[in-house]
Amino acid sequence: MKALAALALPAALILVLLGGWEAACRLLAVPSYILPPPSEIAQAVIAGRAILFASAWNTLAMALAALVVAAAIATPLALLTGLSPVIERAVSPLAVTLQVTPVVAIAPLVVIWAGLEHPERAIVALAAVVAFFPIFSGALSGLKSADPDLERLFDLYGATRLQRLLRLRAPAATPFYMEGIKVAAGLSIIGAVVAEFVAGSGGAQGLAWRILEAGNRLRIAEMFAAVFALAVLGAGLYAAMQAVERKVLAAWRGRD
Amino acid sequence: MTAPLVRLEGAEVDYRDRRALGPIDLEFAPGGLTALVGPSGCGKSTALRLLAGLERPTRGRATRSLARGETAVVFQSPTLAPWASALANVALPLELSGAPRAEARARAAEALARVGLKGAEGLRPAQLSGGMAMRASLARALTTRPRLLLLDEPFAALDEIVRRSLADDVLALWAETRPAVAFVTHNVEDAAYMAERVVVLTPGPGRIAAVFETGGPMPRPPGFRAEAGFRRTVEQVSAALAVAAGEAAA
Repeated sequence: MKALAALALPAALILVLLGGWEAACRLLAVPSYILPPPSEIAQAVIAGRAILFASAWNTLAMALAALVVAAAIATPLALLTGLSPVIERAVSPLAVTLQVTPVVAIAPLVVIWAGLEHPERAIVALAAVVAFFPIFSGALSGLKSADPDLERLFDLYGATRLQRLLRLRAPAATPFYMEGIKVAAGLSIIGAVVAEFVAGSGGAQGLAWRILEAGNRLRIAEMFAAVFALAVLGAGLYAAMQAVERKVLAAWRGRD
Repeated sequence: MTAPLVRLEGAEVDYRDRRALGPIDLEFAPGGLTALVGPSGCGKSTALRLLAGLERPTRGRATRSLARGETAVVFQSPTLAPWASALANVALPLELSGAPRAEARARAAEALARVGLKGAEGLRPAQLSGGMAMRASLARALTTRPRLLLLDEPFAALDEIVRRSLADDVLALWAETRPAVAFVTHNVEDAAYMAERVVVLTPGPGRIAAVFETGGPMPRPPGFRAEAGFRRTVEQVSAALAVAAGEAAA
């Protein structure tokens, strides 16, 4: 009952907004090359569903590949950094610099390096750059979040660095790490879309290309359809990551 | 006369150029029960870290004749790892000290049974009540059979009934293996009940204001809290504590 109400409220709001949009477009006779009504966008979604689905799949695949790459680099680096303050002092400024540099600014370079005939490689690399920081910083702050009294207990019994890492800091970092992965998943989609825009070619056939292509032809309803697919993809990925996070944390706490 | 486990000689500890503790001269003999009482900010926890060897004196000496693993600490909060079962938490000190896993787990189960937590082995800390978690923490401290047991306000977060029964449990456990116990608290009654010797500290920097012998049998017999001698000791320690706190304020 409660879950139903939680769904009904946003659904009602969306219906009201769509209704207002539809009515405004019709009453004010807005040309559909400026702002198409929702009904026309819905038709575009249905008509283009096969290609939208394929494009969404490509974007998702590139974003997930980027997430895996980012995690594969950020996780061991954070563990290593957590092991020694010297490494942390060396690595942290670099990581922060990487994070504050806008991905659009480095995208043209990466596109050239990856080879213009392989835009998907550039897109995965750029999305991985964006996804790297939340995973790295989540893992790192998590590694430092262990209860200071538990740290003292490990001092007291003469624990080795490895014991401390595996039995105290890594488990303590889990909730922070999962949060980082969740944020990174959302960012990897954004990174993939931005990178595909910059690559500006249809080579990767993701949703960003659908938006670009429709925009160039002034097919605004198709543009909206691709944006809609992107929003659904992002929300779906977020929900999936949230479910994974909840499962992992339930096991971590020993409760369901 | 046996040699003391820990001897503090003119020991002082500074934090950021401010003296937090000392100078203090104090000895801890094997099997003795000592309480350190003082107002907050008197460096009680610093004193405990000094005794644990987790801190070095800035000036003076702290001589410890204890091997690694012979000192155990029970902190103010249970300090259990939330991701591990009660059994794994209690087995941790043994496993860190290199005991084989099976042996560590068996001894941990024994220790849990001794503090009345038989059957709670598989529970996570979040599933334990405050009193149970504190007992698990006590069991963890006892698994290594320490010669020096340090308690840092272990009952501060518990209600009166639980803290009284836990105080008796601690004394009963002490009677089994007779470790030296140093107990930090701001509760005078707990101090007088659980210790043979009560050391009153002044606030910032903590120095010894007075030392009392509490007398009476250990562990305490039923009804001990109501006895006139015990009440008198509590009053004396309270008065000394008030004087110590007042001197600092003046």
